[in-house]
Amino acid sequence: MSGAASRPSDATPEEVMAVTASRLLADDRVVFAGVGMPLLASALARRRQAPNLTVVLEGGIIGTHLLPGHLPVSTNEMRAAFGAEMLTDVTDIFLFAQRGFFDYGFLGAAQVDMFGNINTSLIGSPAHPAVRLPGSGGANDIISLCNETYIVTVHEPRRLVSRVDFVTSPGYLDGGDSRLESGLVFGRLGGVITDLALMDFEPESRRMRLQALQAGVTVAAVQAQTGFELIVPDHLDALPPPSDEELEILRDLAGGPGSLASVAAPAAALRTGG
Amino acid sequence: MNDAVRSREVRAELEVTERPVIDKTMTAEEACRLVSDGDHVAIGGTCYSRSPMALVFGLLRAERRHIAVSRPLSCYEIELLLASGTADRIVTSWVGIGLRWGLPRVLRHYVEHGLAVYEEWSHLAIGLRYKAGAMGVPFLPGLSMLGSDLARAVQLKTVTCPYTGDQVAALPALNPDVALIHVHRADRHGNSQVDGYWHMDADMARAARKVVVSAEQIVPDDEIKRRPWTTMLPHFAVDAVVEAPFGAYPAECYGLYEADFAHFDHYVEQVRQGGADGARKYVDENVRAHADFAAFLREVGDERLAALGEGARRLMPA
Repeated sequence: MSGAASRPSDATPEEVMAVTASRLLADDRVVFAGVGMPLLASALARRRQAPNLTVVLEGGIIGTHLLPGHLPVSTNEMRAAFGAEMLTDVTDIFLFAQRGFFDYGFLGAAQVDMFGNINTSLIGSPAHPAVRLPGSGGANDIISLCNETYIVTVHEPRRLVSRVDFVTSPGYLDGGDSRLESGLVFGRLGGVITDLALMDFEPESRRMRLQALQAGVTVAAVQAQTGFELIVPDHLDALPPPSDEELEILRDLAGGPGSLASVAAPAAALRTGG
Repeated sequence: MNDAVRSREVRAELEVTERPVIDKTMTAEEACRLVSDGDHVAIGGTCYSRSPMALVFGLLRAERRHIAVSRPLSCYEIELLLASGTADRIVTSWVGIGLRWGLPRVLRHYVEHGLAVYEEWSHLAIGLRYKAGAMGVPFLPGLSMLGSDLARAVQLKTVTCPYTGDQVAALPALNPDVALIHVHRADRHGNSQVDGYWHMDADMARAARKVVVSAEQIVPDDEIKRRPWTTMLPHFAVDAVVEAPFGAYPAECYGLYEADFAHFDHYVEQVRQGGADGARKYVDENVRAHADFAAFLREVGDERLAALGEGARRLMPA
């Protein structure tokens, strides 16, 4: 890799993640999206390669369209319901997932480990938490029940850790067949998208593996920002930087440059220090 | 787990309860007398959507103690109930307002100092627990929570399917003592109609031993029959009816008004400065300083409420 930054100078880390995530979503599928980055990535995909991608939100909303400049900050509000094809109850949405209708799950994460387990519950012990975090919400259900789940997070050593303090939402648990053996017989992890790289999971050990690098990023730079040793394959793809068109659509959705961070900012809002 | 035993008790209790078709209208303060110290109170809506805020304010005025509260996703009302000394146990899948408001500081203070218990279930698990309660069965099978530390923390049990041998999670029925629900329309007997998403309210209310409904509008009996497909709760599943226009404020009510984010900003700033005292100050200034919810809304002002209404109309299908 060359060290030259080919990322357009004005693309923010949030925009790079949203674009990378959006490109993974194929047309004619159903995506169960978390609010913020996952929802934006899904909306971008609909405007590009996947016009018939159905976006589902846990607030009981199927087939949401977004009103540019009026992005929701939760999955349970009128802004999230704009242009929906069906409004139902929350439990019903998850039961569609349990039945197997949802091709993709899409989650943000405060902390994810080498097996793709997510912690959004607590730091320390359950009986005496040092830091109490908001909780699972639907994340545990999404990663347990959707056919293929992707995780979006900012690439920092305190976010990509060797072992989470608490498994709120199960990835591959202890690796190998442990997910299957726990009774989670459905669903797999598609990958982890960050501002530095795209990662997947090695099929035997189920450990996180580098798959492709963001434009201008080196393996050493990714490893330095990761709290455990990544598996690095012989061949690595380079991810094309966000195109002008992709950035234009994202900024239109967010209501202007710079607005993205306020509606899709796992980086700032989920800081474990409070 | 006690909850499983309880599903039989609440069924037996309902069998011998008279359910006359009578006028059940009353004030929020009168309705909240149905809540006793130590009760489990389920709060309808989810996060900042169709939250029964007029009733939550009524509950804060009632000054009950040792209340357990459950909700699918919890918003700032949980912090008000903790900080006021009303609640000391919460059963939910998430607490916060939304990404832009950061971590819930009052919740953190209470849980991290051992002053309150946060019993965390996944969002679907909460839903299936209410649904089991609503169905009158002791548990429902489910396929999430398995393998996670969430399951270990609440000592979730699994069961073997007697037909296939599959291991599934057994989500215990949750039958709240009282459910507080906000709806768009109700008649005086309690027939309650909701437009838009129902969240978990239908199951939550049917599971509960007593149900208090607040409504944007109390409508004539015949009005209910014009749109029976929007009825979420029949009269016989409702114990009290409270008229409360803008009764979900500062949360949204689908089609009628958006949430007031500026109000949440104000609350979060107050908590950022004063911690739990900031939340208590909020209760003093917005709940205790007023005789009722209508007086609180007068202080919010018609202009602000009208703007939230305009925001909601812009988001409705043409």
